[in-house]
Amino acid sequence: MKEQLAKIRAEALAAFDSVKDAAALDELRVKYLGKKGELTAVLKQMGRLSAEERPAMGQLANEVRAAVEGALETASHKLEEAALELKLKAETVDVTIPGKSVRLGRRHPMNAALEEIKEIFIGMGFTVLDGPEIELAELNFDRLNAEEGHPSRDWSDTFYFDTDERVMLRSQTSPMQVRAMDSMPLPIRIIAPGRVYRKDEVDATHSPMFHQVEGMVIDKNVTMADLKGTLNLLAEQLFGAGTVTRFRPHHFPFTEPSCEMDVQCHKCGGAGCPTCKGEGWIELLGAGMIHPHVLEMAGIDPDEWSGWAFGMGLERTAMRRFKIADLRLIFENDVRFLEQF
Amino acid sequence: MNLSRKWLNEFVTIDIPDREFAEAMTLSGSKVEGTTDLGAEISNIVVGKILSMERHPDSDHMWVCRLDVGRGEPLQIVTGAWNIHVGDLVPVALHNSTLPGGKRIERGKLRGVLSDGMMCGLDELGLDQRDFPYAVITAAAILGDYHPIDPAKPSIPADIQPGDKVYGPVVCAGVGAVTSAGAGRWACGLMWKEGEEPVGTTVETECQNLHSMDLVAFNTKTRTICTLADLRAEQREFPHCIPDGIFVLHEDCKPGDDIKPVIGLDDHVVEFEITPNRPDCLSVIGLAREAAATFDKPLALHTPEVKGGADGVLTDLLDVETPDADLVPRYTARMVRNVKIAPSPKWMRERLRAMGVRPINNIVDITNYVMLEYGQPMHAFDYRYVNGGKIIVRRAAEGEKLTTLDGKEHTLSANHLVIADEGRAVGLAGIMGGLNSEIVADTADVVFESACFDGTCIRKGALALGMRTEASAKFEKGLDPMNTLPAVNRACELVELLGAGEVVDGCIDILNFVLRPVELPVEPDKINGLLGTDVSREEMLSILKKLGFLVEEEPDVVTVPSWRGDVRRMADLAEEVARFHGYNNIPNTLMRGQTTQGGWSPTQKVENRLGEVCRACGYSEIITYSFISPAAYDKILWKPDDFHRKSFKILNPLGEDTSIMRTSTLPSMLEVLGRNWNNRNRSAWLYELGRIYMPKTPSEPMDANDPALAGSKAKLEGMGLAGLTEAVVDAVNDMGKDDGLAMEAQILTLGAYGDGMDFFTLKGAVEAVLKAIRAKDVRFEPCAEDPSYHPGRCAYVYSGSDIVGVFGQIHPQAAANFGVDGELYCAELSFDELMMACGPDPEYAPLPKFPAVTRDIAVVCDEAVSVGALEAAIRRGARGLLKEVSLFDIYRGKNLGEGKKSVAFSLVLRADDRSLTGEEADEDVKSILETLEKDCGAVLR
Repeated sequence: MKEQLAKIRAEALAAFDSVKDAAALDELRVKYLGKKGELTAVLKQMGRLSAEERPAMGQLANEVRAAVEGALETASHKLEEAALELKLKAETVDVTIPGKSVRLGRRHPMNAALEEIKEIFIGMGFTVLDGPEIELAELNFDRLNAEEGHPSRDWSDTFYFDTDERVMLRSQTSPMQVRAMDSMPLPIRIIAPGRVYRKDEVDATHSPMFHQVEGMVIDKNVTMADLKGTLNLLAEQLFGAGTVTRFRPHHFPFTEPSCEMDVQCHKCGGAGCPTCKGEGWIELLGAGMIHPHVLEMAGIDPDEWSGWAFGMGLERTAMRRFKIADLRLIFENDVRFLEQF
Repeated sequence: MNLSRKWLNEFVTIDIPDREFAEAMTLSGSKVEGTTDLGAEISNIVVGKILSMERHPDSDHMWVCRLDVGRGEPLQIVTGAWNIHVGDLVPVALHNSTLPGGKRIERGKLRGVLSDGMMCGLDELGLDQRDFPYAVITAAAILGDYHPIDPAKPSIPADIQPGDKVYGPVVCAGVGAVTSAGAGRWACGLMWKEGEEPVGTTVETECQNLHSMDLVAFNTKTRTICTLADLRAEQREFPHCIPDGIFVLHEDCKPGDDIKPVIGLDDHVVEFEITPNRPDCLSVIGLAREAAATFDKPLALHTPEVKGGADGVLTDLLDVETPDADLVPRYTARMVRNVKIAPSPKWMRERLRAMGVRPINNIVDITNYVMLEYGQPMHAFDYRYVNGGKIIVRRAAEGEKLTTLDGKEHTLSANHLVIADEGRAVGLAGIMGGLNSEIVADTADVVFESACFDGTCIRKGALALGMRTEASAKFEKGLDPMNTLPAVNRACELVELLGAGEVVDGCIDILNFVLRPVELPVEPDKINGLLGTDVSREEMLSILKKLGFLVEEEPDVVTVPSWRGDVRRMADLAEEVARFHGYNNIPNTLMRGQTTQGGWSPTQKVENRLGEVCRACGYSEIITYSFISPAAYDKILWKPDDFHRKSFKILNPLGEDTSIMRTSTLPSMLEVLGRNWNNRNRSAWLYELGRIYMPKTPSEPMDANDPALAGSKAKLEGMGLAGLTEAVVDAVNDMGKDDGLAMEAQILTLGAYGDGMDFFTLKGAVEAVLKAIRAKDVRFEPCAEDPSYHPGRCAYVYSGSDIVGVFGQIHPQAAANFGVDGELYCAELSFDELMMACGPDPEYAPLPKFPAVTRDIAVVCDEAVSVGALEAAIRRGARGLLKEVSLFDIYRGKNLGEGKKSVAFSLVLRADDRSLTGEEADEDVKSILETLEKDCGAVLR
């Protein structure tokens, strides 16, 4: 009997190890472990054994059964794995087939540039203001020291709605300085982006409508050094750390001292190239300390308060940021252009 | 403003390269636009002296010359020009030289004879006769060069001999010796026969193309050598006798000299962009003052000295009246007699030329020279045309006519200021002189006017006539009235220097202003406080002194110079200090002080959200012009009397196409879609959050703190929308304010075609927009009355009882008006309504704990019953267990009968507190089906 069990064990383990499919496996299971299987047949002979022999033989028989069952389990696993592997192989796809297209809308490059600028200033505690584009000449000019007779008030430069030259399309975002001074409590930190209008024929660098962003701070002890520090920060955020800037004296009626800020040409690093027209510098914005008379007209005492302001053209900034060569593209809105951003 | 660096150096010596000069001037406030080396294009051109001339062995009109060019062996150069003679000094372009325009000259052969360079004419050097008036060439008719127009009928026989008659007193003569008789003149020996008798004579002529052995036509009566004009011949009859040739130099130079200094092209010109507050810098002296301060070099100014002494007493000769005193702050005049009009000297012509001004004659050149040097426009006019010797500066009479120096006749109005005598205007003050008093060749007595006119008057006058001149551009900025006297004296000094006339003693000087020098206290602390610097008081005063400010210690004030009308207070002084201390030496600091809250306003947050959702839906942002053509309203099919057409109209638009402010964004969107369509882009899905501009309707202002609003305010605040009430009240008040401005409302416009775009794709985006802002009670109703849209494919979007906007397919006719023959889809949503429709911030609702039961139903109903009506009936019929309704099929078929459709919905039913039984669900469905049948006539299929 002992020999019989050993034989069953050896045969069964070999058979399970080499089984090829689920049906053969089931057959083997019945053959060795079934009610009429070989192991059962051997165990039926247990009655004939003596009481002394029985426990040892019983233990051996159980060991053989466990071994055969284990072999069955292992074989079954192997078969399942092989089947899964086959299935996965059959499901292989061509990964180079294009993905299902998802339509993705793009931000207009001008607004993308504006967005960056807004984020920078909001981070510094600025409020973003909006204001009318159809504006009073009083706010666009008079309150900004550009009195009657100032050339920018000419009909060849500015769009008017009445012959008294009272209502016009704002030629700059600067009237927002006045609106802020008139309506907000001090101290003030605002930026005011928006559309502005000048009587320029359309060409690669001009458009009768374009966008500016105005910035203004009024507080106690505000200095030109603060203006420089803040604008340098803006330049670094827009064009990368280490961006080199320079400040040049300039003239605006509503700031004194006034300046323009140049950024060192990114193409040539200041040596002079076609991008910067050989100058090595590209003009970025105009700025200055708010003219004391402008403060006075808003009822703000220039001996107590001071402030700075800047204004920058957004199209030009976007064009520089994205290397757009022709301003007309900005307003043509061809999808082949828009989808590049 | 152009500046000659040679001229600048007369006042301040600055000897550094252009680039460094430009950089430093730019950083101190005089922005340099560019620099030009006048001789940059010229290289390897020297002065040569003609040693010998021989006729070319193989040409009837060329010469082979040998020239001394100051180095080694003489050069051999072949030329076709006939105006040169042995001994002449000429510009010689050597082998491997360059001329203006990039032309290169190399050694070569002309008809087989070596030519080792080229002799240059005026135009080859980039010059013309106004630069060198003596270089005018007069050509004699050389009979050997005669080419008859009709070879069968020559006017001059080919074998003509000295003594043969040409016509009348004109005979053929042979040229013997030709010798120079001073600049541009020649002594010429002539020989001919009278009968058999040889006759000879020597005549002086300005004809430069004569050489020994030539045959010429000699007029024995006038004793002159005939030119083509004298013979009434055409140029083609004497093809080589042309008034063009080599530039024969009459300058102080010798063979081998570089040509550039000889002809004044050794100068460098710097172009400045001068800001309008600094008219004083529109002059050599003004820029010299800035340069002296920039480079810390001494400024050497010069006080004009006039000898005077001409016959007559000025006050007897000239009287000036200024009836419109407010427009003429100052009028200064002097007189010059016995004027000899001639070209001005080379140095003056060169300087004018470098500054971009063409030389004309000595008197006119002097006025231009002084204008450039002093920045003071001057005018010279002929005294004999000032009738009565009286000058009246007055407003023009309405309709008065005047022809200016440029030959144009102008009809003037009372807004123009004229210089007149007692009878008529002789000049347009500050703009241009009159043709009737122009300086001409025989002008004998000249009046120099150096005046200061009102800037605005000159600007408006020039603008009205469309003739902005260099003078008017200066006057309009407001000039220093203290400059008129030095300027007129400088002009008179130059007259004497040039020997152009005799100056009458004295000067007429009418002052209609009171000089009030501006005195400002020196406040170093305030200046440093504004700049954020630590500049010493000494440095500040030193800067101001260099700029011409008068600095006094007691009392502690500075006096602003008369030419600095732009400096009025401390901030202006701070700018002067900053400019020369260096803007880039001001430290960079970050703001201190009270922090401000900053951040996005509720409106901006919604704007951002709308942009995000549009892009997420696949729409790209566009930016369009706010102004459109009035015809755009026709293109979107608005009725002629549609009140929305009432638009803000620009009185001075660039063109009709951009002449009114849009009251609809639709034309802008359709134009962009049309452009993309015509550019053959297969699809375009676009959006714009842009403004429309509507005239306001005045109303009583609202108060955000009105108790009547307290309820809704509290409600909105409860919804996390604090500040919205104020925003809405502001918007309403803005609309009701009658200030002449527009109600500027934002419209979210979507527009698309292609890539599966249809009504329901667009509707999906509209729904997404409303979902993104958590709008409540959203519903859609058909809209057949919007003329821009397809009457059967257009819907209003409601939130509650308010119309948020309209969307649908664009009317095919409207699409066609924008050049599109396909389907365009657009949505126009009011931003204000979207703001109002915004729902509260989300609040978490617990996830369902119990399973749901799903039941699908299909009902058959009339075609006319809308899906929306069926859905509403389903919701009404449910007994509280219905959680979701979704349409999944619409079927039409013969088996259903004509005019019928089957609509299938999937219903999700669930209770929040227990698992539903089948029976409970069935009861709800039964009630739903009953309601569908009762309300919509829809029966279960």
